[in-house]
Amino acid sequence: MTTLTDPPRESFRLSMLINDTRYRSLTFQAIALLVLIIAFAYLTNNLLTNLAAAGLNIAYDFLGSPAGYDINQTLVEYDSQSTHARAAVVGILNTLLVAFLACITATVFGVIAGVLRLSNNWLVSKLMAFYVEIFRNIPVLIWIIIIFTIMTAVLPGPREFRGDNPTSTMLLDLFAFTNRGIYIPAPVWGPGSMVVVATFIASVIGVIAYRRYATNLLYATGRLLPMGWPSLAIFFVPTILMFYIMGRPIGLDVPELRGFNFQGGIKVGGPLIALWFALSVYTGAFIAENVRAGIQAVSKGQTEAASALGLRPGRVMNLVVLPQALRVIIPPLISQYLNITKNSSLAIAVGYADITATLGGITLNQTGRAIECVLLLMLFYLTISLSISAIMNVYNNSVKLKER
Amino acid sequence: MKKSVILGALTVAGLSAGAAAAGTLDDVKARGKLNCGVTTGLVGFAAPDANGEWKGFDVAVCRAIAAAVLNDPTAVEFVPTTGKTRFTALASGEIDVLARNTTWTFSRDVDLKFTFVGVNYYDGQGFMVPKALGVSSAKDLDGATVCIQTGTTTELNLADFFRANNISYEPVPIETNAEAQQQYLAGACDVYTTDASGLAATRATFEAPGDHVLLPEIISKEPLGPLVRHGDDEWGDVVRWTLNALITAEELGVTSANVNEMAANTGNPEVARLLGTEGTLGDMLGLDAEWSKRAIAAGGNYGEVFAKNIGEETPIGLARGLNAQWTDGGLIYSPPFR
Amino acid sequence: MSDTHAQTVAFVRETEIPEAAPPYAATGPVKWMRENLFATPANALLTVVAAYAIYLILAPTLPWILNGVWTANSLAECREILQGATGACFAVLTERWPQLLFGFKYPSELYWRPSLAFVLLFVAVAPVLFFDLPRKLLIFTGLFPFIAYYLIWGGTIFVPILALVGCLGGYAVYQRFVTGSFAAGFFGGIAAALLIWYIGGLLIPDGASENAMLTPVPSRDLGGFMLNMMLGVTCVSLSIPIGIALALGRQSSMPLIKVVCVVFIEFIRGVPLITLLFVASVMLSYFFPPESTVDLFLRVVIMITMFSAAYIAEVIRGGLAALPKGQYEAADSLGLDYPQAMRLIILPQALKISIPGIVNVAVGLFKDTVLVSVISMFDLLGMIRGPILASTEWNGVYWELLGFASLLFFVVCYGISQYSQWLERRLATDHR
Repeated sequence: MTTLTDPPRESFRLSMLINDTRYRSLTFQAIALLVLIIAFAYLTNNLLTNLAAAGLNIAYDFLGSPAGYDINQTLVEYDSQSTHARAAVVGILNTLLVAFLACITATVFGVIAGVLRLSNNWLVSKLMAFYVEIFRNIPVLIWIIIIFTIMTAVLPGPREFRGDNPTSTMLLDLFAFTNRGIYIPAPVWGPGSMVVVATFIASVIGVIAYRRYATNLLYATGRLLPMGWPSLAIFFVPTILMFYIMGRPIGLDVPELRGFNFQGGIKVGGPLIALWFALSVYTGAFIAENVRAGIQAVSKGQTEAASALGLRPGRVMNLVVLPQALRVIIPPLISQYLNITKNSSLAIAVGYADITATLGGITLNQTGRAIECVLLLMLFYLTISLSISAIMNVYNNSVKLKER
Repeated sequence: MKKSVILGALTVAGLSAGAAAAGTLDDVKARGKLNCGVTTGLVGFAAPDANGEWKGFDVAVCRAIAAAVLNDPTAVEFVPTTGKTRFTALASGEIDVLARNTTWTFSRDVDLKFTFVGVNYYDGQGFMVPKALGVSSAKDLDGATVCIQTGTTTELNLADFFRANNISYEPVPIETNAEAQQQYLAGACDVYTTDASGLAATRATFEAPGDHVLLPEIISKEPLGPLVRHGDDEWGDVVRWTLNALITAEELGVTSANVNEMAANTGNPEVARLLGTEGTLGDMLGLDAEWSKRAIAAGGNYGEVFAKNIGEETPIGLARGLNAQWTDGGLIYSPPFR
Repeated sequence: MSDTHAQTVAFVRETEIPEAAPPYAATGPVKWMRENLFATPANALLTVVAAYAIYLILAPTLPWILNGVWTANSLAECREILQGATGACFAVLTERWPQLLFGFKYPSELYWRPSLAFVLLFVAVAPVLFFDLPRKLLIFTGLFPFIAYYLIWGGTIFVPILALVGCLGGYAVYQRFVTGSFAAGFFGGIAAALLIWYIGGLLIPDGASENAMLTPVPSRDLGGFMLNMMLGVTCVSLSIPIGIALALGRQSSMPLIKVVCVVFIEFIRGVPLITLLFVASVMLSYFFPPESTVDLFLRVVIMITMFSAAYIAEVIRGGLAALPKGQYEAADSLGLDYPQAMRLIILPQALKISIPGIVNVAVGLFKDTVLVSVISMFDLLGMIRGPILASTEWNGVYWELLGFASLLFFVVCYGISQYSQWLERRLATDHR
């Protein structure tokens, strides 16, 4: 211990900017700022000179002019007279659509494959290992192209449904699987259908309320109410009853072959399916690894302790293993969702009209406004990514081990 | 690891060498190479063959320019461009001339600040359908699924055509010709549409070309031609008149075989002016007197280039049609050399 | 008890009975199958489903592969040979083999050069990957970039030699000054290298590359799988130092530096690689000085390096965070300044923890190099989608080509990931 004296009050000298650690960071930052400014000024200057030399300017008013091209799959109303901005919106919605669908199916594939890979069954676990390795080690762009090619080559074209003795038939006379896409029946809402829908929503709420009541009862009194059958009954019976009481107001618009294509029903386009499926199986392989790691991360003692308490295997999984595994699984899972969103930009290879294909593809080609389009494109993806990261941070904070 | 540093250093060195030159013509001469933007592969127009040599109709234009300016038809660096990258490549100076079946349109000429120096192929957008479909006119295509190769004016023409005829369709935009073909052959679309020349080239590669027909409707005007940057008129003139020299040569009967002979003893003053034995046309362009002779000798006149790459003798088998000389009722017409 | 018992028994066996063979069903393949394939009814069902799935996959593909045609000059010829039978047309691979590997422009008489560089790559990488090899081999690793550059691009030998001399000079200056102050050594080294390059650049005679021993090959002529390998190797190796710098910057206490690094990393990680490649192909040329053209290869290398640097930075940040705080404090208490602490204490440990993560990023990046086919570069996929499928001879040969591309990528990526797992096991034992 040295004696405590006030350090001598030095007056500030210039050399302290380099030698004194208290001020040195300021010097560094000032230099860094200067370098940054110079670099930016240099790049901006180059950009402006180049643009001036080419006689170009940066302007976004092309977004307001008619796009002039058609898009085959749109979630909002769009025709060739709509603006480029609207085409971009169509693209954004399509990106979100395929990303959303792929996230769901990739999770399903991933969980199944991850769990099965830990199975005792040798054949199944090897098959799943094969699935995971083959999809993880081949570029997703190649997978997208392969799956799109398989789809167009294997599924029949609409012409094969034609004629008296067609080579292909519709499944149950309701679904048509063609290489242009899958046609499924669309519901037709007749009068009174709203009552049925309202009943359905009410019964969903009813199921939730019943389950909550049962849980509360269990905790309060220890009485175990049956869960499965009553839930199913509440879920189905009122809706079906109401459906018949109202005189079957909801009909089906079944697709049928008219002219070149199937008409009616809902069409899920081929490019969408190919991209959706490719992203799902590709990302599914990664998720499978996360799930496997998550389950393996829960130490065996936890399972054994839960069994020793007398919990049944199902409850061991639900109450002990899963909550702990999820803490490990979810953060990488969310970044896989982020990857799906970013990889959906490869839609360009299969002709799916996502944002990269509309704004970054046809609009860019037609207007030649490369800088503007690419900037907007990056802005969109950045917004999506940052929102997903924000959600992830909120989740991470909420599941952080609460140490007491 | 230091590769790119060196590359960067080299670029800086190259930059300081080239910075003094003002126009593209001087740049090209100083560089000793012509940078020519072409497609990434469209058989007949520009595609690398099995040996990696670029071959095709657009390629021949580049070679003629290189022969005229640099006295060496092989002094061309072919830069493959996509529909997306071609305009940036030209605007940023990565390429000197873009010869990539690019349609001459108002907005490209005016808004994007390029100069189209002429037309080397008059094309139009057509439709190809399987014969089995029994369609005889594009107006019967209501509700059809149409495969389009993206990156050209094709999408716009298609939308216009179907809107004008008040019929519906479903577009399937595909990035590359090969993939569009595969979709079409698998029946994922009923119709394949692109420039008529491209359709002919595509059909030629099919297993059974006879099973597919081109519909009679040509729904657009597609004057394809080489283009250069706006504002560099000296260079634009070189490219324009090299193209015109090829066209005039055909008109006057000058071929790659007889060009030397014609230059030596011709009675025709027009031929003499074209080949530089009379007048000082080459000087005015900033080239020597024999520039056009070399351009013609490189790959032949317009007719020879056409016949060799896309003519009826080739697998692509295009008739001259609109691309015949004006003297034969076509549109190929060069202003006079005088 | 035992005595009385012994008297009542007439016969006592004195030798052991030889072990009876276990029941037929409890041994050998039957037992294995019962335990591993048919343990429970549900399990048996799964086995049957899996076997059926395997059958479904193999039934059409096996005859297709086994019946493949390996010599033909076009798809039409293949079809003639097959006479309508199922069979692949692998002839496209044999005929276009050099194009698939080297692209269509690389001069065929020079194929030995990239091949040699490829073989040397293994020699150079080996000491980095396997710690047991003699450390002297690292010298070759250091020389490899220059050798590989010279082999692949050719041209005058002065360029790689000059680059090497510059690096050595920079390193010498760095060694000289680093004992005094890291900053002085670091920036002095860079300045020295730049000076040597600048002066040397003036000394290289004009036209030296025209009559050089190895014919120069412009980078536009590179293609095929070689391009994927080159992009992968160059960008990963360049991005590791940048990634380290970014990771340190993100942890820095200086707000400005931290903000810059965070913005950079989050921006790059937030956009898909394809948009960055669009930037490289359509935007980046506007940011270079007028009158200069930077070739597409270099522009793509810049963008991919930035991309992978951001991801590697995050991996290294994880490594830095995983390091016990005591290590930082110990370094401080020894009186080491920041560069010394980082160089001698923190980074060696943090990097070791991060190696598996870095390898994962490298595999992902290598796979992502196929995206350059979207911006008209003829890598393996670009060659397939462009010149080969567009040619009149091979129009329509999708499966063989895509299968081949998948196989190549699978072999490389699976190899790297197996290495990563091996390394993880090895490092794990080190820590216990």
